[in-house]
Amino acid sequence: MITTIPEVKRKFDVEEIRNDFPILKRFVNGKQLVYLDNAATSQKPQAVIDALTQYYTFDNANIHRGLYFLSELATDQFETSRLKVKEFINALSASEIIFVRGTTEAINLVASSLCRAKHFKDGDEVIISSMEHHANIVPWQLMNDRKKIALKVIPITDEGELDLDAYEKLINEKTKLVSVVHISNALGTVNPVKKIIETAHARGVPVLLDGAQAIPHFKVDVQELDADFYAFSGHKAFGPTGIGVLYGKTEYLEMMPPYQGGGDMIRTVTFEKTTFDDLPRKFEAGTPNIAGGIGLGAAINYMNQFDRNDLAAHENYLLRYATEKLSQIEGLRIIGTAKEKASVISFVIEGIHPYDIGTIIDTDGIAIRTGHHCAQPIMQRYNLPATARASFAFYNTKEEIDKLVLGIHKVKKMFA
Amino acid sequence: MLVKGSAMTINETQDKIVKEFEQFSEWEDKYKRIIELGRQLSAIDETYKTDKYKLNGCQSQVWINAKLEGDKIIFEADSDAAIVKGLIALLIKVYSNHTPDEILSSPPEFVKKIGIDNHLSLTRRNGLGAMLKQIQMYAAAFKAVIDKTK
Repeated sequence: MITTIPEVKRKFDVEEIRNDFPILKRFVNGKQLVYLDNAATSQKPQAVIDALTQYYTFDNANIHRGLYFLSELATDQFETSRLKVKEFINALSASEIIFVRGTTEAINLVASSLCRAKHFKDGDEVIISSMEHHANIVPWQLMNDRKKIALKVIPITDEGELDLDAYEKLINEKTKLVSVVHISNALGTVNPVKKIIETAHARGVPVLLDGAQAIPHFKVDVQELDADFYAFSGHKAFGPTGIGVLYGKTEYLEMMPPYQGGGDMIRTVTFEKTTFDDLPRKFEAGTPNIAGGIGLGAAINYMNQFDRNDLAAHENYLLRYATEKLSQIEGLRIIGTAKEKASVISFVIEGIHPYDIGTIIDTDGIAIRTGHHCAQPIMQRYNLPATARASFAFYNTKEEIDKLVLGIHKVKKMFA
Repeated sequence: MLVKGSAMTINETQDKIVKEFEQFSEWEDKYKRIIELGRQLSAIDETYKTDKYKLNGCQSQVWINAKLEGDKIIFEADSDAAIVKGLIALLIKVYSNHTPDEILSSPPEFVKKIGIDNHLSLTRRNGLGAMLKQIQMYAAAFKAVIDKTK
């Protein structure tokens, strides 16, 4: 008889969880750090730090090359991480998981390799949205010296939601790809990506999702979404910097030529001709970020300890609480008020530049982001040079939001 | 209106600023003074608040213009962020109304001494570093003009 043992998940307790993240105990400018810039990068649990230390201290060797003990160990750990990623996003196969440096490299890879696969011809169109990060705008523009690809942009409402009617009208016979952000880093909007994909697929157009902000917040299932490509960064999801993932459906990855050439991606090389290795190694030229891959595996293990709905519920609580508290501040305006939002709040205060807000609250150890968030077009849409942005992870607390609110009141007093 | 610096040398002004800021032990007081200095800075002629005079920074906008009066350079500048504007006011206090040679031979030592060098760091990208560079570029350019007419 086969019985399935029910998985026992770790209970979510924010105070207890904070002990897992050593940096949260540090002081900045004499004050306890209040880290509210999680959309830029997340902090790392001890388990991830330990995985990196363990690898460099005891297990370091190059992978896929040696037949000696350490090389096999490193290879095994790195490939185990690939399997973890596969399960984490529910890909069909581990060979659909390409390790890259981050979301930016993933999108550049798709742009470059689709171009070289002659997926586009001059005049073809890629649909993006007006809330894209520069990482999903510039790679397509860079292709211009190979193919003249026109970017068609889905407009947004004042609340920061995509105009889906306009989107449907943008799709035509020249549309060769839809490439949109899953969650906006500047507004926090969670886009209806399933619907976007359905609409595109009905017209035979593949879809790439920039999942950099989505992966740290909730469970993503690429098969359920039916995404053709999904890109994300490890460092925003409690893993190390310099490691990220491109998921691609096999049918696309197979027809795409390699992005870069070098070691570990070939089958045979002569000076006349080279044949390439199978997926995923065709896209992983050179020695990869082995430690980063192993660290990302540790980050996934960390997240998997919990019922991710518990983490999301806490983040939603923080979002609601902060929205309520910030809205009560006179002269403060939240930019991005979509119905479906992740725990990201962009705001401006009348008469006070975001730079000044950020500088003053930093003296109290509070870290928020200020600027255009690498999404200048969305700033232009709202006619703002910059915003201040607080973004929360599951390890943030109500008390930290209270400190932010106090800090903003202090700023307002200084500039009164 | 153009802002003229004092009759002091660049280094005398720097020393004076360092002395003034020594009395502030709290960051908050330091910034309050910087903001005040920015508020006192004369407004830049609106015709110079264009892209041509704008220094690119990720975080705030800075506009700068310079004119030669006799053998001295007069700077005027502005920013949309109050703290950056205050920092600019300090730079203008130090460098405006001095000759290109004086400007080029006097590094901004007060910046580190009063502890605002964090605003020059790459991550801030606030245009202050760009502004310092621009002041030196204006000095070098005007020096070339002066040397030619000699």
